[in-house]
Amino acid sequence: MHAHFLDPYQDRRSLVHQLDARIKLVLVVAFILTTALTPMGAWPVYVLLLALALAAELVSELGIGFYLKRALLALPFVLAALPVLVTIPGTPLLQLPFGLSISAAGLERFLSISLKSWISVQMAVLLASTAPFPTLLMAMRALRLPRLLVAIIGLMWRYLFVMVDEALRLMRAREARSSHSDQPGLKAGGKLVWRARVTGGMAGSLFLRSLERSDRIYNAMLSRGYDGEVRTLPTPAISPGEWVTLGIGLAVLCSLLALSQWLR
Amino acid sequence: MTELAISIQNLSFSYPDGHPALHEINLDLCRGDKVALVGPNGAGKSTLLIHLNGILPRQSGQIQVCGLDLSPKTVGRVRALVGLVFQSPDDQLFSPTVFEDVAYGPIYQGLPADQVKARVMQALHMVHMEAYDRRVSHHLSVGEKKRIAIATVLAMQPEILVLDEPSAGLDPRARRGLIELLRELPQTMIVATHDLPLVKELLPRTVIMDDGRVVADGFTHDILNNEPLLSEHGLEKPA
Repeated sequence: MHAHFLDPYQDRRSLVHQLDARIKLVLVVAFILTTALTPMGAWPVYVLLLALALAAELVSELGIGFYLKRALLALPFVLAALPVLVTIPGTPLLQLPFGLSISAAGLERFLSISLKSWISVQMAVLLASTAPFPTLLMAMRALRLPRLLVAIIGLMWRYLFVMVDEALRLMRAREARSSHSDQPGLKAGGKLVWRARVTGGMAGSLFLRSLERSDRIYNAMLSRGYDGEVRTLPTPAISPGEWVTLGIGLAVLCSLLALSQWLR
Repeated sequence: MTELAISIQNLSFSYPDGHPALHEINLDLCRGDKVALVGPNGAGKSTLLIHLNGILPRQSGQIQVCGLDLSPKTVGRVRALVGLVFQSPDDQLFSPTVFEDVAYGPIYQGLPADQVKARVMQALHMVHMEAYDRRVSHHLSVGEKKRIAIATVLAMQPEILVLDEPSAGLDPRARRGLIELLRELPQTMIVATHDLPLVKELLPRTVIMDDGRVVADGFTHDILNNEPLLSEHGLEKPA
């Protein structure tokens, strides 16, 4: 019983998969930054950005449907953007109760934010499903992200699965004892408050055990010479072709940004 | 009332990732049988054990427990009849105190409070841990946790005890205590273990599993003296 379902990486042999994780990370971050910097209502640029995202998704051989499903993650961001519908002043389009009204400017901003977060999340999903996590960690180190931060992210990734496995085992043990009596007329399942208390106890013991495990891990690290400094092997060189890909990608994103400014 | 405690026919199972774990398992246990389930890691012992409790969905084959056909309808009853003790008592003990943990099964069954209390004290008495009901599970020794884990299923008054690696990680004294405890318990018993001296001492019948199949089933005395058979399945004859 292992929680493989948490790992977003999908193994394929596509061009997107083969691209060095460092290049991919820089391009995806630059893409998301470009999307964020594109002003409200720059619809042609949004369409071009979406086209880029869809093209990359097609090349990755995972299918557009896969991305559309995972991009539902953007929904909470869209919910967070709902208030702008009524808080931006402007020509009222629709009168709502409580003296609120939806303005044209508010609607434009809401649609822009929704579209931008949807496109950005698709690119983030693309990165996570085409680069194995260890190569992403390597890319973060290569980009000079603080080493301690990268080490913490790496340990989190490593032990997240251990913890989820542990939680699954606890739930399995609870299931094994969730039984029915042979005495007639009894309703199995217990009261809601009791069930909540049991679940709370499980969460508590999971926390205690994670804490103890972290102590053991730290001791194991110390015993192998850990002194607070994370050391790694030098990262391999990037091929000229991949530098070109990076250059083209960044140039395209810059011109999109310029286009969006010019359209304003 | 049938005399068979457990009857398994043609049980096969593959994990969702496609890895086959059980192939056409056939196994009958009579009431009062004390059976050892031995074999290398990954042979399918644990997978078979959790099938007895309806934890994994049945893919093909039949399982009957005390004459009840295991199905989504009967699974609640089967879980009370089959007390499953997991390998790690830390997984089994998920409540803050010993009392609450042992009481989980009876409370879930909907028993009235006085019966719950009686069941808990009776179960703790059977594992000789009466004085521990107010203790915090987290602070017990491994041997104590193991006893409490057995009490948590005894509180459901099961007909069959299923134990996964009961002696793993115990010091010699705790292991000795556990063997004496298991000897006292009257239930039908199936024990998955690598501890062949324990098998020799406690369990008259032995089933060897390897690669998802039952490869031998017979008297413990015969099987543990059949050195070629043991070594073929990665086991060693106990001294």
